[in-house]
Formats: sequence, C-alpha cells, structure tokens
Amino acid sequence: MIINHPLLGPRDSEEFVYLGSADLIDRPDWESRTVADDFHQYQYIRENIAGDNRELWYHEQGDQSWLLVTRNTLTHEIINVELAQDVSRSMGRGK
Amino acid sequence: MSQINRIDGGLIDQEKPVSFTFNGQLLQGYEGDTLASALLANNKHLVGRSFKYHRPRGILTAGSEEPNAIMEVGSGAYKEPNTRATVTKLYKGLYAKSQNHRGPLEFDFMAVTDFFSPLLSAGFYYKTFMWPKAFWEKVYEPAIRNSAGLGTLSKEADPDTYDKGFRYCDILIIGAGATGLSAAITAAQSGAKVILADEDFVMGGRLNSETNEIDGLPGSEWAIKTVAKLSAMDNVTLMTDTTVFGAYDHGIYGAIENRDVEARADKDKPRQVNWRIYTKRTILCAGATERSIAFGNNDRPGIMLASAVRTYLNRFAVSVGQRVSVYTNNDDGWKTAKDLFNKGVNVVAIVDSRSIEPVMRVAGAQIFMGTDVVGTKGRRAIKSIKLSNGKTIETDTLAVSGGWNPNLHLTCHHRGVPKWNEELATFVPDSSAPVGMSIAGRAKGTMVLADAIVEGHNQGSAVAAELGYKASNSDPASTPIVAYNISAQWSVPSGNNRAWVDFQNDVTAKDIKLANQEGFRSVEHVKRYTTLGMATDQGKTANVLAIGIMAENMEQTMEETGTTIFRPPYAPVAMGAFAGRRRGMEFYPTRYTPSHKWSAKQDAIFVEVGMWYRSQWFPKPGETHWRQSVDREVKQTRSSVGICDVTTLGKIDLKGIDVSEFLNRIYVNAFAKVPVGKTRYGLMLREDGMAMDDGTTARLSENHFVMTTTTANAVSVYRHMQFCHQCLWPDLDVHMISVTEQYAQYAVAGPNSRKLLQKIVDPEYDISNEAFAFMAAGEITVCGGIPARLFRISFSGELAYEIAVLTRYGDSLMRVLMEVGEEFDAIPYGTEALGVMRVEKGHAAGPELNGQTSAYDLGMGGMVSGKKDFIGYTLGLREDLQRDDRLQMVGFKPVNKNDLIDKGYSLAGAHLLGLRDDATTENDQGWISSSVYSPMLGCYIGLGFIKGGQNRKGECVRAVDLVRGSDVEVEICSPHFFDPEGERLRV
Repeated sequence: MIINHPLLGPRDSEEFVYLGSADLIDRPDWESRTVADDFHQYQYIRENIAGDNRELWYHEQGDQSWLLVTRNTLTHEIINVELAQDVSRSMGRGK
Repeated sequence: MSQINRIDGGLIDQEKPVSFTFNGQLLQGYEGDTLASALLANNKHLVGRSFKYHRPRGILTAGSEEPNAIMEVGSGAYKEPNTRATVTKLYKGLYAKSQNHRGPLEFDFMAVTDFFSPLLSAGFYYKTFMWPKAFWEKVYEPAIRNSAGLGTLSKEADPDTYDKGFRYCDILIIGAGATGLSAAITAAQSGAKVILADEDFVMGGRLNSETNEIDGLPGSEWAIKTVAKLSAMDNVTLMTDTTVFGAYDHGIYGAIENRDVEARADKDKPRQVNWRIYTKRTILCAGATERSIAFGNNDRPGIMLASAVRTYLNRFAVSVGQRVSVYTNNDDGWKTAKDLFNKGVNVVAIVDSRSIEPVMRVAGAQIFMGTDVVGTKGRRAIKSIKLSNGKTIETDTLAVSGGWNPNLHLTCHHRGVPKWNEELATFVPDSSAPVGMSIAGRAKGTMVLADAIVEGHNQGSAVAAELGYKASNSDPASTPIVAYNISAQWSVPSGNNRAWVDFQNDVTAKDIKLANQEGFRSVEHVKRYTTLGMATDQGKTANVLAIGIMAENMEQTMEETGTTIFRPPYAPVAMGAFAGRRRGMEFYPTRYTPSHKWSAKQDAIFVEVGMWYRSQWFPKPGETHWRQSVDREVKQTRSSVGICDVTTLGKIDLKGIDVSEFLNRIYVNAFAKVPVGKTRYGLMLREDGMAMDDGTTARLSENHFVMTTTTANAVSVYRHMQFCHQCLWPDLDVHMISVTEQYAQYAVAGPNSRKLLQKIVDPEYDISNEAFAFMAAGEITVCGGIPARLFRISFSGELAYEIAVLTRYGDSLMRVLMEVGEEFDAIPYGTEALGVMRVEKGHAAGPELNGQTSAYDLGMGGMVSGKKDFIGYTLGLREDLQRDDRLQMVGFKPVNKNDLIDKGYSLAGAHLLGLRDDATTENDQGWISSSVYSPMLGCYIGLGFIKGGQNRKGECVRAVDLVRGSDVEVEICSPHFFDPEGERLRV
C-alpha cells in the first residue's frame, strides 16, 4: 500500500507501523464519574468496520509522525491522511 | 543422431550450437532454444512421469503454463526441482533430469500405480487412510511422504544469490506481444514513463510463434523493429524474462526477473531479481493460454497443444512429428495444420468437433467434421488415435486445441470475478480489475489480432492522456483480419479410458464426476477434494476445462459454476527471491556496541540481544566453563570494580518546558518534581495496567531530560511516547529523539568504581559521595575535556555509575577505563554477570516484565501514585488486578543450599506446588521466571511468581522441573537476596 503522508508525500506502507483505531486518540477523562466504563470502552471495545475505517499509523522508518489514515477495509483505498496531532487538536485535546 | 526433428529457419541461431545434458545424455540445441524445444529437436518426447499414476508424459505446451515438462535443473546444491523446461532458456552445460520415477524414465517401477488407478480416485486419501487409526503414523504417513511430491531437493543451502529491486513508472505494460507492443509505442510516444515486461526472454509473444503479417512484415520482424524503437526511447524500460506475478494495492506489482544464464556464467550475479514496480497505471496485455479437450488417454507423449506445435515449428524450427493430426473445436487449430503443411510436414488428419464446413483444405489431410477423438494408443509415445466415427488413424503427434483462455489472473488479484463469454467459450475479465489496471488484447477476450493491435494502440494513448500526457496521433499497425470461431467442447465420452483434465496432479474427468456425485458442488470444494489446479502450474491449462465438465455434470451454466479465486503468484516464485539478500547474518542488521572490537580481542563470548551483539562473559585463560568466568566477574565486581557495556539500553533525549509533566503522565511514579542533577527510576505501564517497561530518567537541566529504556523495548517505548505526545497531548511542549546510537554507555560498578572514575573525570568535577550522591546525574568532561554524562545509578547493587560519551569516543573510553582500572584489577563483565547481580538484587527484567504483570504483582505497588493520571492508572485499579491471590513476584531459595549444584542447572522454568501436592496442572501455583547461581550466597536463587506470594514469605514449596527432572524444596523469600538494605550503593 502507499500512504500519502501529508508532509512527505507518497510512502510505501512498509515504512509504517500500524496501531489500530483512531478512537485511541479520544482518551477518557480520569476524573469522570463513569471512568471505569469509559476506559473499558476505550481500551477494549472496537467496531469491526467493513468500509471506511479511521486508523493510526506510525511513520517509524520516516519522520516518526503518527498519522490518521482513513482506509476502506474492503478495497484498501486510502481516502484521507492527516497528522494525528492536528486531529487530536481539532478534537479539543491540547495539554 | 543429432536434432533429427530440426528444420530450417526459426528464431534461433543455428550457427551457434549449445550442448546440454538430459538424463545423463549429452545433447545439442541452438542458441535461442528453450530446454523443451531442444529436447523436441532431439526427438525427446517422453520427459517425465506423472504425479500419481506415473504415466509417461511429454511436453504439452510451449510456455509458462506447462504441466508435464517439469524437471530438475542443475546439479548438487544448484539443483532445482519442478523447473518448467518450456521456459528454461538453454545454456551451455545445462544439466537436466526428469523427475518422479524410480529407475530409468522409460521403465518407471512406480508405474504399477497406474494399474491400481481405480483405487486412487478423487478423495482417495480421505477415504483410505482412515483406519486402522494406529497405522497413520507408522505406515501410511511414511509411505505417502515417500511417494509424494515432484522432484527432490538438494537438501543443501541454496548457493545462488537473489536480489530485490524497485522500479517506478507511469504505465506498466504486462506482456510484450502484439497488443503490449502497440500499447507501449503509443504510451511511450506520449512521453509517459513506460515499463514493458514480458515473461519470455524474447519479446513479441505469439508473434514469434505464428506466421502473421503486420505492416507488411512477418510478425516477429515487426516485433523486433518495434522493440528496437522502444529501446531507443529514454522513457522506456524493457524487462524481458520478467514475470509479473502479483497485483498488489495502490498500483504496486511484484515481478520476478529470471537471470539464470547470467548467474551460471558469473556466480556473483543474482539468479533472480524480485522487483517491486510502483505504477500509476497498468495495461494488462498478457494474451491467452490454450486449453486441451478431455478425451480418452489424452495424456500420451506426442499429444500437444496445437499452439505449442506452431511455436516449436515456427519459432524453434522443430517439427514435433512426421505424421501429425489435429483435433480442434475452433478455427485456431486449423492454423497448425496450415503451418505444418507449409513447412512440408505431413498432416494426416484434421478432426473438428463442430458440424460446420471445413475451415480450409489441407492437401493430404483427411478431414472429419462433427467428429471427436475418443481414444489413443501408444504407451511411451502416441501411435494412433481413435475417432468417434470408429476410424483409427496412425499418427505420431496429435495437436489439440480446446480454445483459448484469456490470461486474466492479474485482473482477479483483488477478488475480481471473471465473467463467462458464450461466444468465445471462455471466461473474460469483468470490470472488477484492480484500480488503475486496464486490459487489452486477448487477455481481454479480443481474440482477433487486428482488433487486439488497435485496442493496445488506443489504450496506450488513452491511459497516457489520463495521466496528462499528450496522446500520440500515430496509426495502429495493420494486419489482415483472421476470424476466431469456437464451439465449446469439454469432454468426450471415452468409455473406460481415462480423460485427463489436470495433467500435473493427475485429475481426470471421472474424478470430477465422482466428486460431483459425492456432493461436492462448489468449484472451490471440487478443487480441494480432487486437487484440481493445485499443482505448481495452478491449473492454467486445466481449470476452465474442469469448470466446463462440472457444469455439464451438474446441468448448470458456466456462470453458475464459476471460477476458483485467483491469488498471487501467477507463476511459481522461489522462496529465495522473497528472502533476497536477507539470509544468514543478513537476515536483519547486526548492531555492534562501541566496545565490540576491544571485547572480541579479549575473547568475549557474544550473545544476540535483539539485533545487538553483547558480551556475555569474558573467559580468562584456564577457565573451561562459563560459570567460572561469570562467578569470577560477579565476585570481582562486588569486591573491587567491573565494567559493562550498557550502550544497548534505549536512550531518549527529551527537551521542552513540559517534559516533567509528560513524564509524570507516562510513569506510575511522580516525576513532576525531579530536581536538576538527579536521576529517578520509573515504571511505565500499558493503558491496560500491565507493566510495559522500566528505566531511569535523569534531569540534566530545567528543561532537558535523558531517559533510558530496556534494550528490548527501546523502539516500542519511543513509539509509545510519540503516540502519547502526538495523539493524546499534542500541545505539551515536549521534543524527543532517540539517541541510543549516539551515545556509548558503560556501567562502572563496585566499591572501587568511584576511585577508578576519579582518575579520568576532569578535576573541576567533584564526584565524591557528598557532591555526587546516589542517584545524582550530571554533564561532565573526562580525559581532559571530552564531554560525558555521568549517572550514579546501580543495577548491580554496588556503588556504581553509568558514564556516557558520544559514540565515537566509546571504543577509547573502554580502553581507558580498563587501563586506569588496572591498579584495582578492574574486569569487564558481560550480560551473564549482569543478570546474576540483578537477580541477587531482586530487580525485575524481561522475564518478569512479561506483559501479564502489574506494578502490584512486581512488588512495586508502593510506587504507584494515586494523585495523578498516568497511562494505565484507571485500568490498573481494576478489582481483579488488586486481588491478593494474584501471581506475585517474590524470591525463592533452596531449603538445602546444595540442591541442584551437582546438576549444574538452575531453577528457571520450574513450577511451584504445595509440598504435598502432586505435580499436576490443577495444583500449579506459579513458576520461577529467572534463576541463577549466586556466587555471593553460594547457592541457586530465583525470582518467580506464586499466588499471593508477597504474604507467604517463609513458606516452603516444591519447585518442580519435569523437563529436566528436578524437584527441589524452596523457601519463598524477599527478592532482595543480597544487601537488602541497599547500603553498598550509597557509600
């Protein structure tokens, strides 16, 4: 596969390490009332998506960016590639 | 007699003879021959025995689809079984042997299996070897293994080299026949970067085998002219002898370039190159493959595909017989009769299953329309054929054409499903080809050459235009239109005679029928039950024929029957080609520590730790057992000073105003207030609460930290930290980089370590106990101005330091430390002594940080902060992880100190049981994870996990090692065996 890195352009997927669902960005608040449930969901519960899946890839053999890759799990078409830190910020995560 | 079947002409060089050996006989062919054409020139029709029945078999095809003519090529370690003679370019000294027979090829002792064929039908193995059950291991399996498989392996390491290569293009054109050449010319003329690949060693495809005329030239000459034109263009790469074997995601193709001839001439040259070709667009022009017809005894040597007969005749100047018959269900078969006649070969009969007017007249040939061949005679070579009208015809060769199947394999590598075309009586690609791939010519089902050329021409320019290149406005090459009409004919009723479908796996029409009768209706099930299409040729000549037979058996359409799934590789690829240069020591990179050269000089024994080579111990003269060296290293370190290369630890440099906060969130313990000039031990968890890694982090200045990780987890911890920063807390001001390879680091341990270091640390730096206390860290200089980092940390439990310098000083620092250490009898120590000392001190390491242990299990619950969020905090609080009866890490020592000493092995791996319990899984309470002989305590000691261990100190249990046969009573104790108060490291 080829991942179109937002900063470096098209790169072979061999340069990357796959992590999993981009939901991992959305780490729950440790002080929430439902913290036990929240973390259980966060850590273990995953949709097995047949279609567009948002997932995290790490450019280990490259610039060490974490990328959010939107990939169709049926066709392997890559629809979108973003820097995970931009997405994280846009989701309201900061410090 | 030499080359009795050779005639004049052909695309070979009859001035250049090439000698080769087949089954011990020295034979001659010509430059330009394949092994198969050279064998046929020498009238060698019988070239092998079939897989199951050991039937005599001859060359069936002239291409990569060959099921029969597979042999062992090369000798000794170079021998490769199952090599297709039809695609093996002849070279001087080529050494070939037929395979799958015992005794000589002509008198195979295993041919007796042919007479038992009624017993060996579809599903034979499943039905026969079920009982008695006890027979399987001793009788059936050895017998089957003995007779299974084609060819034999050399059982030596492959002496050849294989390379990998990468190429990039706008347009990859697969297949350099008339269509591919037409596409390549227009694509290239537009300016696009083009790669044209063909599996043959000569470009031109079927043009080299036929007698077409293109633009007024013989087809093969037009091909040469076109190839010359292409090779003169800078934007074109021509790849002959290159099989594109797989279509992968996003326009990536795998291709194998065969360079056997070059490798035989120069053994430093790679034998094959595994190319990865990155494309923007691909045009598949792979042509088509002819299929046979299933009639009685259709597998005799001398029965060949009609197109192969033409290839041998026109391209290789070999007349495969003197009295040839043709059996066809389509117009194309007639070409064979015509070409043979034009070259003066007798055509005795043309048999066409269609009830139509004869396609042409061929002088001397009897013509039978609406007639089938129902049987043949001749054990080692065909002698006659029997027709459905009862006539028998004497013949020495039968050319069969059952029609053409487009080579659509690559169009289906992304799960595309071909569709049935009634008019062409074959499957053609549908619209589900991989993204970026278009198809032209006979691969698409465009069977008429004139149309295929136009199609290639148009697609070449259209695809280039899609990529923004200016389409060329040249005209396509012109050739007379020759019609292709066909009427499907799959199998002919042949009485008791078997009609072969899959020649390589010996599957007959009857086997397919039996499978259908027994309820195997899905094409995928029939394939697996009969092994149809599962041989090395992957059923290229067999599959469509088999589907036709299935459809007839089950009275359903071809579409309903469907095809099996096509998967890469299209043709066999040697494992060596996938490995490339990554063999032996090159399997992965080898990493040497800065002290490696010095250590090698000391005769150090090295151990692979991940990719690193680390010194395991340093034997001294007279030491004959590793334990002698290790015990000495431990004692000498604990009594004076030892030096150990710890460069392999992961080192991460962190800068930024939020680093302390960041560390606070990834370690269980508090890091927010580490003072400048101090080091702190930290434990990291995974988000699920299990220990991930541990190490020390030093604060060199307000906003500058340096962290160490374990050797094994250096990469994954850094990745995790990048995740935490980029994905979870992107606005923390943290910048990090791995500096593992930038710094050499040595542990200097033992009571004399300070004295030793004081001799090299520059005098302006005070490293006395008062000025540089336990856990101090600082940037210093050594040896007169060399920058270094000094950490007063201890894994050994002794007064100890770790000193880091830039890697380029690493080698000399080791030498200097040893030199100045001479007065203290300083010794180097390896990973074994390191391990002994860490177990004596009860430090958890890899065997304890095994992914199933929490901070509490490791006895580090006290470190876990309750006042902050950190990775693993919430899930680490789960009830089950807090239970008292979890497997907890503790120490173990034998009740009888002398236990195991005579045996010479440790407690490692032993399981723990109550004293009166039997050694059963149910009674298992835990295990010993690390165990060493402690020279300080004079006995074996261990770290391990036992249920509720932290509250069971003083209790005795059994440590049972059923593998090595020991059973030792051990006492559960604190893991801190040596200097439990830690007094030695603070002095």
